[in-house]
Amino acid sequence: MKSFQYTITDELGIHARPAGLLVKLAGGYQSDIVIVKDGKEANAKRIMALMGLSATKGTEITIKVDGPDEEDAAKAVEDFLKANL
Amino acid sequence: MVKCTGKSVLKGIAVGRLYVYRKKEFTLVKTHVDDVEGELKRFDLAVNEAERQLETLYQEALESVGEAEAKIFEVHGMMLEDEGYLEDIKDIIKNNCNAEYAVKEVGDNYSQMFAAMDNEYMRARSVDILDISNKVINILAGVGDDSIKSDEPVILLADDLTPSETISMDKDKVLAFVTIHGSANSHTAILARSLNLPSLVGTDVALLDEYHGQMAIVDGFQEELIINPLDDVLKELTERREAWISETESLRKLIGQDNVTTDGRKINVYCNIGGVEDVGRVLESDGGGIGLFRSEFLYLGRDSAPTEEEQFESYKAVLEKMNGKKVIIRTLDIGADKKADYLGLDPEENPALGYRAIRICLNQPDIFRTQLRAIYRASAYGTAAIMFPMIISVEEIRKIKGIVEEVKRELASEDIPMGDVELGIMIETPAAAVISDELAKEVEFFSIGTNDLTQYTLAIDRQNQKLESICDTHHPAILKLIQMTIENGHKENAWVGICGELASDTSLTKTFVDMGVDELSVSPTYVLGLRKAIREI
Repeated sequence: MKSFQYTITDELGIHARPAGLLVKLAGGYQSDIVIVKDGKEANAKRIMALMGLSATKGTEITIKVDGPDEEDAAKAVEDFLKANL
Repeated sequence: MVKCTGKSVLKGIAVGRLYVYRKKEFTLVKTHVDDVEGELKRFDLAVNEAERQLETLYQEALESVGEAEAKIFEVHGMMLEDEGYLEDIKDIIKNNCNAEYAVKEVGDNYSQMFAAMDNEYMRARSVDILDISNKVINILAGVGDDSIKSDEPVILLADDLTPSETISMDKDKVLAFVTIHGSANSHTAILARSLNLPSLVGTDVALLDEYHGQMAIVDGFQEELIINPLDDVLKELTERREAWISETESLRKLIGQDNVTTDGRKINVYCNIGGVEDVGRVLESDGGGIGLFRSEFLYLGRDSAPTEEEQFESYKAVLEKMNGKKVIIRTLDIGADKKADYLGLDPEENPALGYRAIRICLNQPDIFRTQLRAIYRASAYGTAAIMFPMIISVEEIRKIKGIVEEVKRELASEDIPMGDVELGIMIETPAAAVISDELAKEVEFFSIGTNDLTQYTLAIDRQNQKLESICDTHHPAILKLIQMTIENGHKENAWVGICGELASDTSLTKTFVDMGVDELSVSPTYVLGLRKAIREI
């Protein structure tokens, strides 16, 4: 399993548009991708769960990736977060 | 005549009859279903149909309002494919519940979850959940056709509108939207803006049947809905509407055009902003850059100075959104009249002439360095420039440049990438204007702050209403100082802009252009009007 942390810098937090893009991206990998905020977990392949985290600007999230393509998936998610959130 | 106030989403005027829009209501009751498999199948089919409808809405929105706003329907599509949401509904159906009720139950739950969030944007998303849930319920229940039944275009009065209701309405039949709920952040507000419909949200009005068919006016300038206007009010607003329409039409044609005079002189028209949230309006109004980014907002209304990281993120966000266009950041410009207790500023008799702006920065260099580091770090993400306020001497600029060089060396030693950053000063004291020949040798640009320059030159407090009648903003002394500053700047190859209120005063545009001004920076609202004035010279 791969795990890393990221601090949200987007003014609106994980809002609809990037959440939608992240779901698309996550759906392309076999691995389970979970975003954790304050102990609350959300499946990165489910948009409502992602938005339901209410991860606003300044929030630190932990990303856990587990599965056969976890290396690539973690890299892709990290790049995505840096570019979009 | 009834007057109601709301929040305007677009400054414009609409005149027409009211159409009281109510959502199709039907009693949704929980019923016992024996054929669970059949009900699940019925639900799946309804979801497929809803997805198909969303795809159509997306295409419609793409054509009428563009990709950015159409995106919401793609997001709705994803919400509708959300396994958590679908599974929750199916679980309820499996307990022998009818699909309509199951969707409503789960939709309400999710919507409440969003409504309870502490973030305004997320709260507004609860409407999106209800929108997709209602779509599925309507398909299941065979309810359809919410279309407006009217031969003439109307002012639509509703409790609230979902994005799909807004976009699927026949645009030729809507003059304005007026909703009781909704925020300026809602997609309905955004869509209304991109459709150029003067609309009000959060309006203090009741959804009365008797209003249906009555004459009304939506005045986006006064943020009012006037029902049953008196004849003279109706006449006046109708005339103002016509003026507004021809004005907007002629201005919108100028989007994408140059700010160029008939004899070919080009002027940069930039915008004044207070933060990243204003950038959208800059881009909508086709501003060529940011001529004044007031960094004060980062410092106000808080208990401690903003960290380098916080500032970096704000500057970076603006630079990225401006996508390579110039962004001129003005360093901290506050004094004893502003609330920032952590700076430890003592009360002063006369804060306008006191310990403020660059005077604080040069005396408390830690604050200054933090801001400069943040700006230089962000400079790698676009075209940043910095200007320093309240300058009165060459000495000050040399001190500033010394600190700037130290900050740059520091960042370079940390291998932090930086862009080329132009350095300039505000000319807002008579002293600076008078010695602008000397100052020009030290900087790459001047930006004339006419508000302070006027108050200091005329010795008139801008806030003092008694002096309003003698406060001549076109006073020859001010115009002479501006002219002198432009000439002195150009002698040393420094470009010169104006960023105060005078920049948007179109009665002076020709004067400034003739003086040789290179840039005018105004509120986004004035960009196109100014462009028009320049093109007529």
